[in-house]
Amino acid sequence: MTTAQLLLSEVCKAFGGVQAVTRVGLDVRQGEILSVIGPNGAGKTTLLNMISGFYHPDTGRIALEGEDITRLKPSLVAARGVARTFQNIALFRGMTVLDNLMLGRHVHMKAGVVASFIYWKLAQKEEVAHRRRVEDIIDFLKIQDLRRRPTGSLAYGLQKRVELGRALALDPKILLLDEPMGGCNHEEKEDMARFILDVNQEWRTTIILIEHDMGVVMDISDRVAVLDMGQKIADGTPDEVRANPLVVKAYLGEAKGPANGGRRV
Amino acid sequence: MEADVSDLSTLPRLLQKNARDLGGRPAIREKDRGIWQSWTWREYLDEVRDLALGLAALGFRRGDRLSVIGDNRPRLYWAQMAAQARGGVPVPVYQDSIAKELAYVWNHAEVSVIVAEDQEQVDKVLALRAELPALRLVIYDDPRGMGGYRHDWLKSYKEVQEMGRLYAAEHPGDFEAEVDKGRPGDVAIICYTSGTTGNPKGAMITHANAIETAMTFQREARLVAEDTSLAYLPMAWAGDSVYTLFASLAVGFCANCPESPETVQRDLRELGPTTLLAPPRIWENMLTAVQVRAADATPLKRRTFDYFRAVAERAEILRADGKPVPPGLRVATALGEFFVYGPVRDQLGLRQTKWALTGGAPLGPDTFRFFRSIGVNLKQVYGSTETTGLVSLQPDTEANPTTAGRPVPGVEVKIGERGEVMVRGCAVFKGYLKNEEATREVIDPDGWFHTGDAGFIDPRGHLVIIDRAKDVGALQDGTPFAPQFIENKLKFSPFIREAVAFGHERPSVTAMIAIDLGTVGNWAERRGLPYTSYMDLSQKPEVRDLIREEIRKGNQTLPDATKIRRFLLLTKDLEADDAEMTRTRKVRRRYVADKYAPVIDALYGGRDEVELTTAITYEDGRQASIQSRVRIEDVEGASTRA
Repeated sequence: MTTAQLLLSEVCKAFGGVQAVTRVGLDVRQGEILSVIGPNGAGKTTLLNMISGFYHPDTGRIALEGEDITRLKPSLVAARGVARTFQNIALFRGMTVLDNLMLGRHVHMKAGVVASFIYWKLAQKEEVAHRRRVEDIIDFLKIQDLRRRPTGSLAYGLQKRVELGRALALDPKILLLDEPMGGCNHEEKEDMARFILDVNQEWRTTIILIEHDMGVVMDISDRVAVLDMGQKIADGTPDEVRANPLVVKAYLGEAKGPANGGRRV
Repeated sequence: MEADVSDLSTLPRLLQKNARDLGGRPAIREKDRGIWQSWTWREYLDEVRDLALGLAALGFRRGDRLSVIGDNRPRLYWAQMAAQARGGVPVPVYQDSIAKELAYVWNHAEVSVIVAEDQEQVDKVLALRAELPALRLVIYDDPRGMGGYRHDWLKSYKEVQEMGRLYAAEHPGDFEAEVDKGRPGDVAIICYTSGTTGNPKGAMITHANAIETAMTFQREARLVAEDTSLAYLPMAWAGDSVYTLFASLAVGFCANCPESPETVQRDLRELGPTTLLAPPRIWENMLTAVQVRAADATPLKRRTFDYFRAVAERAEILRADGKPVPPGLRVATALGEFFVYGPVRDQLGLRQTKWALTGGAPLGPDTFRFFRSIGVNLKQVYGSTETTGLVSLQPDTEANPTTAGRPVPGVEVKIGERGEVMVRGCAVFKGYLKNEEATREVIDPDGWFHTGDAGFIDPRGHLVIIDRAKDVGALQDGTPFAPQFIENKLKFSPFIREAVAFGHERPSVTAMIAIDLGTVGNWAERRGLPYTSYMDLSQKPEVRDLIREEIRKGNQTLPDATKIRRFLLLTKDLEADDAEMTRTRKVRRRYVADKYAPVIDALYGGRDEVELTTAITYEDGRQASIQSRVRIEDVEGASTRA
């Protein structure tokens, strides 16, 4: 097997007395779409937050391309090419779509405040280069008509799309998507699934996806990891995971004696 | 090998001439990544040549047919030219057509190559692949998302052009030789007319039709190479081919493709084209936008706008009647130009237009007058696919909302039996593809094309169109009844999107009306009237009262016998996807009469309510139905007013 691009080993995280994530190991391969599924409270978002550096694990280790990033600040993780979107949209609502996307380029901007002032020609050149990349993303996501619109005025599904755009503006190696289709209608889901596949194909971006819509997950994932009560209970191709008795149990309750411990998604 | 460009008998030869004479001037632009990208005439020819030879390398033969599907993109226009350069025939299709319609057209025209804009369009072709035996090659423009598609018969535009360059190296002079084989009588393009009855028919337009019409258009509309246009109307519509392909080639002016259908309004403003062709719907939307902005402005600005708008309309009415404008009014309009008209035109992207045309359907007199009064030289044009889009045009000094203009030189117009408008001349098409019978029905042995429109020539020599000839009927008492004439009166109301009038062999006139969700919705919001959906809004008593008032206004200008007596509001708009309208939004009257037979019975049966079952067809062909009870209303007073 090829070496993992992102390697989580024995990662634990507790909030007070609640053990959110227990000894989870995960190897994410370059260029794959990996979905993390599980019932509510299974620890999916916590896992994503630890990868992106919002939380640090209590024990265990996270390595990106061989480098230990377990204790890095979010900004430093981002600078290493890990971008994310949030379950609850986190855009700057008063700013335009264009400005939000340009902000996504921030980690690539070299000219500082003072430098921008003095070396205005260089800073201008840099701005043009970044704008070009942002325009590619605008074209990619088909939001040409929204450039100058404040993001707060956009429909929910479009805000999700802009948020994906801002994550893409980082030119990420790994893209973490936390429920990108949550609260979207059928058509918006189809569009988003299409964009995710296209991102993966066009730039070979590794994608880690948390999603509740099983149809979408099984359709677009190369691999699925299942969490239940903070532990990883399965990991494999969509077909393997679908056939795994532990997964069936976590989602549908015991095959025999359905009355005890039956839990729904 | 130097091309012989003295012979301008086909469109590819015009392209060769433009590349030689206007080589470095912009020929076409496309807004991409937020920036207008230009191609000169020389580059235009290079792109066309590379693709044409690539097609040749892939076995495209003379007489083969190539279809394009997508938004207005330079590459799709070039693909059509490339087909023509190889003696083939382009067949543009409406990209919003449902699968069944696309399959019909592609099969009927035996299309062997389809050039698709992007993955979305390729997917449509893929879904129909099994039903298209003649199809051998699909070419896509935008490579995005296409990485996972692996088929021998699927190639990227760039790939085909690359093959073309290799082919050129092996076959020098081949491109020019094939272009030289083209004859003016060859078919240049096949445009399918959506037809209000039955299957669409493929109208064959020859190079001679195209070039003669373009030259006439150039003379009559004073087009020059410095002009600019916006290419945003559907490519499958003959009007777009005439304007963006034929006229642009004949004159050498630059056509501009917007970034996406959603950005047209903004792109229009950025570009400020010198010429603009737009259907009535666009003009109405622009006027509504201006009115909404004015209503939201500060009181001072609003009053200024209202004052100068009234001034401009007074002056325009005088000018239209040929009366002198008094000096006081002239001073006021000059001030208005500075404070209001100029800035409004600028906001709309109409500041540089030397003329703007409206056609395809009648435009309300109020809307027409508004644009003329603020200094837009708006004029009416009349034509159809079968007449290469141009029969008559209004001269600058004779613009008015009621006529279709003067027949252009080279086109004869006469009024035949039952008032039908007949046309003869260079613009008349060659015939319908594989449909001799339909061709014989519309072109008589003397070469007159029967337009199917009923009309007359007014004392000034202008053509006036009343209705479709076959739709003109009579009430039971023998009063002539022209449904479209009545419907247009209704549709001039901003609140009414569509109307269908009944009355043939009936005692009186009744109408089914579809409200305009935008304007009625806005009206309801201003009154604090809550609603959930189109269906809900359309059945509010307040909305019925609103529409009744609008019908009364329309009735005032109708003869007593044909005033509308009863009406109902439909719970959904009429849709092309439901086969109720054509893609160019003309009511398919017979189909609607069948589909809504129980409703029509109820309208005349004196009932005040009817059960309405409406089938809806989604774009992917799925069907659903909604059921509802709909009230039928009397237009009180219509019968008592003398």
